[in-house]
Amino acid sequence: MIAQPDAWRKTRERKNLIFKGLCFFAAMIASLLLVTLLFFILRDGLGRLNWDFITSFPSRRAARAGIYASLMGTLWIVGLTALFAIPVGIAAAIYLEEIAPKNRITRFIEVNIANLAGVPSIIYGLLGLAVFVRFFGFNRSILAASLTMTLLVLPTVIITCQEALRAVSKSLREGSLALGATPWQTILRQTLPSAIPGIMTGMILSISRAIGETAPLIAVGAVVFVQTAPKGPSDTFTALPIQIFDWSSRPQAAFHENAAAGIIVLLAVLFAMNFLAIITRNWARKRLS
Amino acid sequence: MSQVASPFGLRQESAMRKRTARAYIEHGLGLGSFLATLVSVITTFGIIFILFGESWSFFQDVSVVDFLTGTKWAPLYEPRAFGILPLLSGTMIIAAGAALLAIPLGLLSAVYLSEYATPRVRSILKPALEVLAGIPTVVYGYFGLIYVTDLLQKINKGFETFNAASGAIVVGIMVLPMVSSLCEDAIAAVPKHLREAAYGLGATKFEVVTKVVIPAALSGIMSSFVLALSRAVGETMAVTLAAGQMPQLTWDARQGMQTMTAYIVKVSQGDTPAGSIGYKTIFAVGLTLFILTFILNLFARRLVTRFRSVYQ
Repeated sequence: MIAQPDAWRKTRERKNLIFKGLCFFAAMIASLLLVTLLFFILRDGLGRLNWDFITSFPSRRAARAGIYASLMGTLWIVGLTALFAIPVGIAAAIYLEEIAPKNRITRFIEVNIANLAGVPSIIYGLLGLAVFVRFFGFNRSILAASLTMTLLVLPTVIITCQEALRAVSKSLREGSLALGATPWQTILRQTLPSAIPGIMTGMILSISRAIGETAPLIAVGAVVFVQTAPKGPSDTFTALPIQIFDWSSRPQAAFHENAAAGIIVLLAVLFAMNFLAIITRNWARKRLS
Repeated sequence: MSQVASPFGLRQESAMRKRTARAYIEHGLGLGSFLATLVSVITTFGIIFILFGESWSFFQDVSVVDFLTGTKWAPLYEPRAFGILPLLSGTMIIAAGAALLAIPLGLLSAVYLSEYATPRVRSILKPALEVLAGIPTVVYGYFGLIYVTDLLQKINKGFETFNAASGAIVVGIMVLPMVSSLCEDAIAAVPKHLREAAYGLGATKFEVVTKVVIPAALSGIMSSFVLALSRAVGETMAVTLAAGQMPQLTWDARQGMQTMTAYIVKVSQGDTPAGSIGYKTIFAVGLTLFILTFILNLFARRLVTRFRSVYQ
């Protein structure tokens, strides 16, 4: 009735091996998917990718269409989002990490920020539509889009910034306070400079999210067919992901190639931002030490 | 006042004046940083106020019961119908399909990365997951619409150009990195001595993982599943592109379906004058979406706090 101890041991080890293989397979899938995705997009898009594609405006003819207006729109939106989100995000993180009393209100604010990070991006689009586009009367402008994006990225900006501040050793703060510095002198001259590498990396990564976000821009009224590059914050806009969305949803294969080429540019910008984040961190670390 | 000799030396007096000036500045800085923090609170109240406010005027025209139980969604054309069930079922079917794909793969890959992988293998596989997590959702939409649908149609002729299955697959791929990294965190939080005790009793790795590590990390793992579901419910562009814009109540994943998010996109693409029925419906649908994801996120957080209290 009872299996041989040896046989029993072998079955258990075989089970372990099968399970290990299964886990390995699951872990490999992500890499395989990534390679597949990049392969298909490069295969279909590289042929369309040239200088004319980057400097041309949208067109009804796929072969003539380009991404100039949408690329400029994306740069405007990301630039303004950074301009709004960075100071507000750093200030909020300083307040929560360094100044706020540890009480119920602070706890409520922190939970609230964590909850905001989980709100679907399209909901931010609806907020932007009702508040910035309609209530403040910014219309369907770059300004309305940037403010919406600011609210969208702010929770992540605050959270990453808080983590960077938390990583600064307590003894540095205590040493500064013991020498008679006020709390704010300690923050501005000791804590913040030491946290800068982490803050900068976190900022770049969380703001680069604004490059790829599509849904909130559609809700605040991105226009697809724009024949001029935006000149200021009050202009109507289109953005790279909007352009990709439009091209993808057309039935003709020629437009799909355009979409793939647009995706290559979008991913290139995102990877460049990530690379910049890594470089910044290394550079700032070297300068500090 | 100034003629009276200061009881302190002159130098000290100027130092004190400087100190008061500094005190004002520091007061201002404190206030400013507090106001910056308030932006997030205002955002939350703004979202709630806007969603409820705009939905309120929608529910003046349409009864809540009709909205929640109606099986036909046709708000923009005559004859109008405002039953959200087709949108809700489309959303849930795609989210459930995505979760079905992402949960086992995410959990198993987390087990591999934290229990089996050598540091070298990990240093290759982990960044791949992170890159996958950073790819914008519109890219997944394109991938689903063009390649996944093409593949599905080769397998079975019944798949339509827009179908729920390809939407579910790409959303599954999208949330996979999140499930994997949250499960890894949960597994990493299991104390080492539990594993070592099991190994000491002669257990194999499979037994340690399935009988010690996963049960100990269960609430964190469950919470990651719920969060994945919430992300999939709120996902917009990938499902809009891949699953299409056909609001219908069906189980057949080979057909197109419209999710709540896709409907909001569809209406937003056109012109939506404030006060029009289209404008009102997107807020009512947005409110439903918000409540659904909020409940899921709250549930996930409950699970995590329970799990934290066990080992600290």
